[in-house]
Amino acid sequence: MRHSTSPSRRLLALTLGGVLAAALAGCGGDSGDEESAGATGGTLVFGTSNDPVILDGAYVSDGESIRPVRQIFESLVTTKEGGTEPLPLLAKSWETSADGLTWTFTLQEGVKFHDGEPFNAAAVCTNFDRWYNFKGVQQADSVAYYWLTVFGGFAKNESPDTAPSLYKSCAAENDTTAVITLTRPNGAFLSGLTLPAFSMASPKALTEFKADEVKGAADAPQFTGTFGTEHPVGTGPFKFESWQRGDRLTIARNDDYWGEKAKLDKVVFRPIGKGADRRQALEAGDIDGYDLVDPGDVDALKSAGFQILERPAFNVGYIGFDQAEEPVNNPKIREAIAYAINRQQIVQANYPAGAEVATQFQPPSLWGHNPEVPKYDYDPEKAKTLVAESGVKNPTLQFFYPTDVSRPYMPNPTANFEIMKANLEAVGFKVVPKAAKWDPDYLNAVDSGNAGAVHIIGWTGDYGDPDNFIGTFFGRPKAQFGFKDAAIQDELARALSLSDQAERDTIYKKANADIMTALPGIPYVHTKPNIAFKAGVTGYVPSPVNNEDFSTVSLPSSN
Amino acid sequence: MSIQAAEILAETTHVDEEHGGSVRVEAWRRLRRNPAAIAGALLVLLFLLVAAFAPLLAPYGPTDQVALDQIRPGSIPGPSSEHVLGVDNLGRDELSRLLYGARQSLIIGVGSTLIGFFFGCLLGLAAGGLGGWVDGLAMRLVDIMLSIPGLLFAIAVAALVGKTRLGLMIAIAVPAIPIFARLLRGSMLAHREADYVMAAKSVGVRQSRIVFSHIVPNSLSPVLVQGTLLLATAIIDAAALSFLGLGTDDPGVPEWGRMLADSQSYLAAAAHLAFLPCIAIVISALGFTLLGESLREALDPRFRR
Amino acid sequence: MARFVFRRLALLIPILFGLSLLLFLWVRALPGGPAIALLGERATPEAIERFNRLYGLDRSLWEQYASYMGRVVRLDLGASTRTNRPVLTEFWERFPATIELALAALLIAVAVGIPLGYFAARRFGTWLDNSSVVASLIGVTIPVFFLGFLLKYVFAVRLGWLPSQGRQDARLAVEHPTNFYVLDGIVTGNLNATWDAIAHLILPAIALASIPLAIIVRITRASVLDVLNEDYVRTAEAKGLTKRVISRRHVLRNAMLPVSTTIGLQTGLLLSGAILTETVFALPGIGTYLVRAIDGRDYSAIQGVILIIAVIYVIVNLLVDISYGIIDPRVRVR
Repeated sequence: MRHSTSPSRRLLALTLGGVLAAALAGCGGDSGDEESAGATGGTLVFGTSNDPVILDGAYVSDGESIRPVRQIFESLVTTKEGGTEPLPLLAKSWETSADGLTWTFTLQEGVKFHDGEPFNAAAVCTNFDRWYNFKGVQQADSVAYYWLTVFGGFAKNESPDTAPSLYKSCAAENDTTAVITLTRPNGAFLSGLTLPAFSMASPKALTEFKADEVKGAADAPQFTGTFGTEHPVGTGPFKFESWQRGDRLTIARNDDYWGEKAKLDKVVFRPIGKGADRRQALEAGDIDGYDLVDPGDVDALKSAGFQILERPAFNVGYIGFDQAEEPVNNPKIREAIAYAINRQQIVQANYPAGAEVATQFQPPSLWGHNPEVPKYDYDPEKAKTLVAESGVKNPTLQFFYPTDVSRPYMPNPTANFEIMKANLEAVGFKVVPKAAKWDPDYLNAVDSGNAGAVHIIGWTGDYGDPDNFIGTFFGRPKAQFGFKDAAIQDELARALSLSDQAERDTIYKKANADIMTALPGIPYVHTKPNIAFKAGVTGYVPSPVNNEDFSTVSLPSSN
Repeated sequence: MSIQAAEILAETTHVDEEHGGSVRVEAWRRLRRNPAAIAGALLVLLFLLVAAFAPLLAPYGPTDQVALDQIRPGSIPGPSSEHVLGVDNLGRDELSRLLYGARQSLIIGVGSTLIGFFFGCLLGLAAGGLGGWVDGLAMRLVDIMLSIPGLLFAIAVAALVGKTRLGLMIAIAVPAIPIFARLLRGSMLAHREADYVMAAKSVGVRQSRIVFSHIVPNSLSPVLVQGTLLLATAIIDAAALSFLGLGTDDPGVPEWGRMLADSQSYLAAAAHLAFLPCIAIVISALGFTLLGESLREALDPRFRR
Repeated sequence: MARFVFRRLALLIPILFGLSLLLFLWVRALPGGPAIALLGERATPEAIERFNRLYGLDRSLWEQYASYMGRVVRLDLGASTRTNRPVLTEFWERFPATIELALAALLIAVAVGIPLGYFAARRFGTWLDNSSVVASLIGVTIPVFFLGFLLKYVFAVRLGWLPSQGRQDARLAVEHPTNFYVLDGIVTGNLNATWDAIAHLILPAIALASIPLAIIVRITRASVLDVLNEDYVRTAEAKGLTKRVISRRHVLRNAMLPVSTTIGLQTGLLLSGAILTETVFALPGIGTYLVRAIDGRDYSAIQGVILIIAVIYVIVNLLVDISYGIIDPRVRVR
């Protein structure tokens, strides 16, 4: 018997005894939810892994903040449903100048923000200029992450480490034409615009609710404006309704949406930390669907009648080396580790069906992937030989792994760690385990190069460009990896600056081969993360870059 | 048992006027006939034997991932002829891990009890033996420590001392220190006023000899009982701390609490992985609890009829 | 009597001061610090310096302590270094959840424990007695979080009778004037919401109640046994008073003494157990808040929450002491 919302039914359930329960114990299928009105309408409750941080697209980089932001806001371009190619959204079409510096966007007409303000080229420029003119705290890595990734810098860089900006200016030729000028050509620019960080917000709301008001010292951001917490105003198919932190975030259908209206009345996002708890919530009928299904739950949920959807693989899980630490600064040691790890076994035991062993740092579905990179098939004997050849006696590895977290590329870090440890010990390494809680300890340690010699982590792609993978990892020297390789860096920089995809593809293929020769880390898996829904929910299209739209989703009818 | 009750018990204890020791003799006799005590003792013995002889009893090593090839997410092979109690999520033999886990629980339990006992008694001895401002200060410290609920205290200490086995032991021991101190002090105070002590003092026996040869041995009873009970709770507290992620860094080392916490994600695939460590914890803790409770009853003069 | 109360109250102050000092030092001994936790280890020394200056962490320990205590006395517990919201506000947002849980658990423990202990004692030696002793022993030793997970699995997942986590059904739109979800429903006239809140409380409350229940059963049984064996009860029996009259007038009232003191002391167990139960059932209470604060080295939140909990605990113990002193004059002499 499913848990229903009506009190009389619940009392009945409580007072009847085991007989009814036992008889109905195996029931899967529709909830007894009387409020779902049919193919359109109804409230969908979706289980997430965490509360959002803030609802201002420009300030967020975590998946759980991005999820509601993508429903409320829209960017100029979006990704193909279920894919990564840029497609028109708020911009109907666009043109580039021959030198690649000027981009002219023709905008949709008749679009309004949720507060009634018109969406036009002036609004576009207001938004771009807003980001370009970020000051102080706003320029920190933890805040303007995606602007820094795509555009590099600001009008006035406050840190010497920030690169000069890719963005030059924006001009509104008329209401429907916005012209963006760059300082240099960039092949990844358009793809980058699909990110929720570049979604359009109502200029009136931005000012009225002080979206740019930041308290606290630089680097310690405390956003005191209410734009991102109470009044996120965009153009999307859903409007913000309410947010009780730690409990639920509610969005409601925008009946004045310029495109096809959403089918649901409302969507409620509920943060439930552990995958096991989300699963139980789904089985008990408390939620209608959830993200990040534990691999171990997939088969059980399927046989119980729930739907399991797969996101196309667009991530990579890898072992990282910090070459500032011994003994991984020795290339033979790194090679030995590569041969010692039984990647096939790890993927088989800890990942759901559909996961594949990785050969390089970007997934096969993304162009630039090179099937001919150097491979390191499992060979413990070879590993032992390499260790002996390396000249390192009694090699000891400080191995960091995270706890209290489940990522799509790493559903159970501890399990991965244990298998790797056993693999390494079998070829003569001594492994010193070091655990740290994911947020903030582990992430900080990895980012700053304080995570021992070896660590495990991964990455989910944000947009469909190889630069988002290997450019992010190896484009600049990072404390995480502790090494400098000018050849690889130059390759990646060159590929980024070109506009012709075929040319870039060739360079990226070579770059991948070079990276796998230098072995700054060992990629081991690409996975297809799973989303679960109760039977009858339709219209949810998984996207490799998590650009998932709830406006096409509908609940089953109650009969 | 609450501190209040224990203190009241200690303070109203009738001290045998002639022989300070006959209490213990009678207690022993009562213990031997008490079925609960016997059951407890047997369980404790079983626990100690398993811990001592784990390497001989276990069919595999506790960290050997022997059946890893058969593992798929959501599918863990159950009990079979090669693995009597099945394997865990990384293909390690469950029986072997349970047996070796007894060692961890024993070490952690005994270690934390000894630490708590030692420092608690030190504090209580200072307070009860020296009296005066030392007593006052010690008791204020005890009051402060007792104002923080037990597990909260353990979490606080664990966050501080880091994730090693010693750290875990310290985290469990610290909240117990004030309890031991209070008990010992209370017991000593009760005995201080006893007639036989007055008698000894009047004859001229030295204060320190009175304290160490007479008062302390007679005051130890409630403290010993508390120690046995603490062993039981130490095993459970270790499990709780592992559950909250404050256990040790090396997940391979089998420890019942950790095994229990880790198994929650595999409840559907292999429920026995959760039940077995839980049963182990309950049985061991039960053994010590039964023993401790029987000891307390045996030493409680109110039951002397 | 008044002097007794006064003396105990007077002892309270130094205890709380000592505790706050201990807490203050402990929090600062934690590895890492809020600056690193928030800004990351890559943070430049200047950034850390600015952060510390903002939160007053660069002054000497004594200065910090003095200014902290100065604010505490004015009931200002500072702002959480993670969310920049006042600790006191965040505490009050989450405390009702924990209180509701603890009270529900206490209710179950008392409502089931006392009768069970009483009847076990009256039927000394029978199967009821023996099984209740065994059950209470197991109740004390079974880990609370495991019991919670088991209950969740059986009753929420397999049988679907009760919700598996949270305080309220996401589909219900309810206002929360008091933040005690059970009360809110009554206050806003939405009984649906009250039943729903109660349904969400049942499983966690049972899990949390297991230990206090076991203890109450045992102590009730022991004290009832004691009283039954007392001479004056035997006298009453000899006088011919019926068993039922004896039980009501003599036994229960005298047996309740140690039981009521235990109930007061259960607060500590309830608060500790709440941390585990809240984690298993995803309840947004103080327990989960504290664990997250410790992870994030959120000094203000950690200090504030532990201080408040300790104050509550101490006050409850004080009340128990006082009531014990009223009932049993011998205690006051100490």
